[in-house]
Amino acid sequence: MKPGQFSYHAPKTLDEAVTILGTVAGADGRVIAGGQSLVPAMALRLAQPAHLVDINGIAGLDRVFTDGGELVIGACARHAAFERPVIAGPLGILLAAVVQHIAHYPIRTRGTFCGSIAHADPASEWCLVAATLGARMVARSTRGSRSIVEPGFFQGMMATALEPDEMLVETRLPLLAADARCGFNEFNRRAGDFAIAMALATYRLDNNGRIIEPHVGVGAVEGSPRRIAEAEAALAGQQPGTAAFAAAAEAAALAVEPIEENAELAGYKRDVVRAVVGRALEMAEKSQ
Amino acid sequence: MSNEMDIVLEVNGTQYPLRVEPRRTLADTLRDQCGLTGTNSGCEHGVCGSCTVLVDDEPVRSCLMFAVQAAGHKIRTVEGLADGERLHPLQQAFIDNHALQCGFCTPGFLMLAVGALEKNPDIGDDELRDVLSSNLCRCTGYQNIVKAVRAAALQMRAQTAGR
Repeated sequence: MKPGQFSYHAPKTLDEAVTILGTVAGADGRVIAGGQSLVPAMALRLAQPAHLVDINGIAGLDRVFTDGGELVIGACARHAAFERPVIAGPLGILLAAVVQHIAHYPIRTRGTFCGSIAHADPASEWCLVAATLGARMVARSTRGSRSIVEPGFFQGMMATALEPDEMLVETRLPLLAADARCGFNEFNRRAGDFAIAMALATYRLDNNGRIIEPHVGVGAVEGSPRRIAEAEAALAGQQPGTAAFAAAAEAAALAVEPIEENAELAGYKRDVVRAVVGRALEMAEKSQ
Repeated sequence: MSNEMDIVLEVNGTQYPLRVEPRRTLADTLRDQCGLTGTNSGCEHGVCGSCTVLVDDEPVRSCLMFAVQAAGHKIRTVEGLADGERLHPLQQAFIDNHALQCGFCTPGFLMLAVGALEKNPDIGDDELRDVLSSNLCRCTGYQNIVKAVRAAALQMRAQTAGR
């Protein structure tokens, strides 16, 4: 249970970090931020990077701020930073509700939002948020900066569009409208465990009280979290309430393709998806 | 291949100049190189919480942090809680409330709770239970740990008010 050998790099600036990453990426170099997923993987020898580029010493990377219509989350912003709403309005409240489901307090003090995004665990709450809201990930390397929009960033279990020499420097979440309703629900056996299934739902109402702009995302079921178009179609134009929510939950349960090969387990996952989507929508209804 | 690095760790206000391999965790370094064996190593992959220490006053798993990452930060371990012979209110409350049996998890719980109470002295019951759910105890069933931390919180608040 001891990590293998690696060389340690502690850059003080972003430029220095991407330069080092550029030289060590080909030799199995990895970025370490909070390390709350990477270090256990190293202890179990599931990961044995030859180089670690530690970005914790770079000033300013923990910033969380709004820029135009986006919430910008810096590479070293810790999970714990979201326990109180980081901005006024539905998005800050949503993130504060979601963060309570991420592991435990001493993990949240250290682990980072962007680390979760780059790690891309199928059961990551932040990845579900990024997928459902349509986040923009900003990657940097010695070759320059680029934005990668989701969908398109997550590419299956623990796989992303990031190149080995690219560092995720920020995640940009679109702000939610002041009248947006949102709800999140996660099912697991014990608080803090990896989710068995989870759902995030947001929508707005038009002047006639009918659902517009529905977003329904499901995580921990497929290789990557994603929006479920069939569930959103079941909501669009409907009055919020039991009938529409049940239809959307059923559509989601049918649309997902659980990674479990065992048919019984896959069926169980679909049942849980039905439940968490329904509960997320009920929470969304009560959120305004 | 040896790629040892020279670092200085500040633990409980004392400076420890050390030579460590980067792969060495803070937990192992505290125990083996600083001689501070109060911090226990349990699962060594961040699940059990027995190695919890404070880094810049935040509770962290010291098995999930490398010693080289802790250089330049203020580390507090269970050895720093008592003031000479006088136990920290939380330590006394653990004794008074029978919040330990075998004691293996106790240093981790103490540092977890100290970090949480210093940050939020008026912590509510639900939040306290959520915080304490971070660590594992196989003896007590947790109720007495919750009771002890509540009792200590009261006393710590009274002490602060009396100052």
